[in-house]
Amino acid sequence: MSKITPVLSAAWDQADSFTIEAYKRNGGYQALAKALDMKADDVINIVKESGLRGRGGAGFPTGTKWSFIPQGDNKEHYFVVNADESEPGTCKDMPLLLANPHSLVEGIIIGSYAIRANHAFIYLRGEVTHVYRRVLQAVEDAYKAGYLGKNILGKGFDLELTLHAGAGAYICGEETALLDSLEGFRGQPRLRPPFPAIAGLYARPTVVNNVESVASVPSIIANGAQWFASMGTEKSKGYTLYSLSGHVNKPGQVEAPLGITLRELLELAGGIRNGHRLKFWTPGGSSTPMFTDAHLDIPLDYEGVGAAGSMLGTKALQIFDETTCVVRATLRWTEFYKHESCGKCTPCREGTWWLVQILKDLEHGKGTPADLDKLLDLCENIAGRSFCALADGAASPIISSIKYFRDEYIHHLENKGCPFDPVASTLFATAGGVK
Amino acid sequence: MPFTQEDNSLMDSIIARYPRSRSAIMPLLHLAQARDGYVTNDSINTIAAKLNLEAAEVTAVSTFYTQYKSAPVGEYHVGVCINTLCAVMGGDAIYEAVAEHLGIGNNETTADGKVSLERIECNAACDYAPVVMANWEFYDNQTPQSAKDLVDSMRSGNPIPPTRGPKKLPTWKENSAVLAGINDGRAGEGVNAGPATLLGINAKKEGK
Repeated sequence: MSKITPVLSAAWDQADSFTIEAYKRNGGYQALAKALDMKADDVINIVKESGLRGRGGAGFPTGTKWSFIPQGDNKEHYFVVNADESEPGTCKDMPLLLANPHSLVEGIIIGSYAIRANHAFIYLRGEVTHVYRRVLQAVEDAYKAGYLGKNILGKGFDLELTLHAGAGAYICGEETALLDSLEGFRGQPRLRPPFPAIAGLYARPTVVNNVESVASVPSIIANGAQWFASMGTEKSKGYTLYSLSGHVNKPGQVEAPLGITLRELLELAGGIRNGHRLKFWTPGGSSTPMFTDAHLDIPLDYEGVGAAGSMLGTKALQIFDETTCVVRATLRWTEFYKHESCGKCTPCREGTWWLVQILKDLEHGKGTPADLDKLLDLCENIAGRSFCALADGAASPIISSIKYFRDEYIHHLENKGCPFDPVASTLFATAGGVK
Repeated sequence: MPFTQEDNSLMDSIIARYPRSRSAIMPLLHLAQARDGYVTNDSINTIAAKLNLEAAEVTAVSTFYTQYKSAPVGEYHVGVCINTLCAVMGGDAIYEAVAEHLGIGNNETTADGKVSLERIECNAACDYAPVVMANWEFYDNQTPQSAKDLVDSMRSGNPIPPTRGPKKLPTWKENSAVLAGINDGRAGEGVNAGPATLLGINAKKEGK
């Protein structure tokens, strides 16, 4: 039986898939009508029963998050979509929105109805203009069709939906930094508790959900919780988007039940590029500790990846073959975290700066083996000591690369420089390998 | 350039999207860039007055986010992804080739004002690595040569169109207006999905 289960991606091969006409032709907005005929609490319960967990990295049960919104509190509630996709390697939400923005819009209306919010926001990263166009058009078309605005489908529910462009800050993918940014401040994380469910946007009860999580909701309402829960594994239910990038013959998006393995996904991606072999990979973006060719058969669900010492994260599988220098890769990721540290917490702001200095020396063959222990020591002092998880993410590639490739770090020192030819790892390399 | 009545009503319509006016800072800054190409002191003061804030509060926001520029960029702003995956797949070589070709460095603009260059972080298109962005439109699977051809086409005034984007590459100012939420009517242009996006459903059709 096919391992591929296209739901969100099912219509992506239709040239007009992003239009409201195509979405409706393919059954779109029928789940909305169904949901608006249900009690709001029942909508929450279906999402709970389906087992849907957050697809943005943390894996928190979506329905449970919705149920945390206090009801009958006489306060405005807000539904906010995190479309600030920027975790290195992560490239699922942007193609989803380019190809089918209405699946998100329909999910937002259903989610807002469920938590009793009358204003929703999409916080979309600013560096993707054409994605912004598609989402803006979808929102405008949904208003025209009576799916947004006053008295939606004549059912007495009102919802305003505002599309908001970010402006180039990775940290705004962190939900509380996103809320600060949406309020018009510098995007810096807040201390929790209180969690957004109690004091979110404008200190009002707020749900913040990832694009893919929200876009999955209409299919659950349409087909039922059991249908969704029949896919996936015991605690990781449903289908999801896996993104393969890097040294594979055919990179791209595959929608499959949670629990598929990299070995199975590589088969669909045409394998590692010809003449090469897998060296290391990330299961869910650069903030998730890397794996090696020893981890090909780990079930890619929340529990399976966690048990193997990493995190499922965003299911962004970045694949690197043996031509890639793991020290160079780690240094570059670390430079990213240094650049994106918002500066609020001292361990992260200062620590990522020092990590870069030490890694730079190591990549260039300077330093001593004791620097590896210093790196690990620094990581221990940075991770878990800041408001948000950016610092934890910064430590992940360093700790995991030293764990699996300590010899390669040492080889840089013995070789007094990087032993790899960067040309050999490029897409346009014709020949090469290790110098 | 003084703010016109039209600028003013555009700003009002942006503010009206939000329950609280301060939330409009970011789209107003995008709008400022649509007007002037970057965030001028004039714009800072105008936005501050509009939102009843101190200019310092608006500046604090505009300097936090890398997309807001404090000096003019080119008519075509080119970003080369140098985050790990793109860098390894060729982004480093592309950046070096383009910088040398144009004779400019990171965050610099050519003397003719046509092209500026920036080293950018992951742009969520890793399955199309190495990726180059121009005015925040996607140019997929680039090489040093294709990127040089791209900037040459910009300098000659007829830019190569994006891989997944509008038929014609908009200018920096035009795209800044889009990010302020002004619909330019081009959503229907370009492909709905690139080949990598379709990997899974094409494999399924092949019986996999």
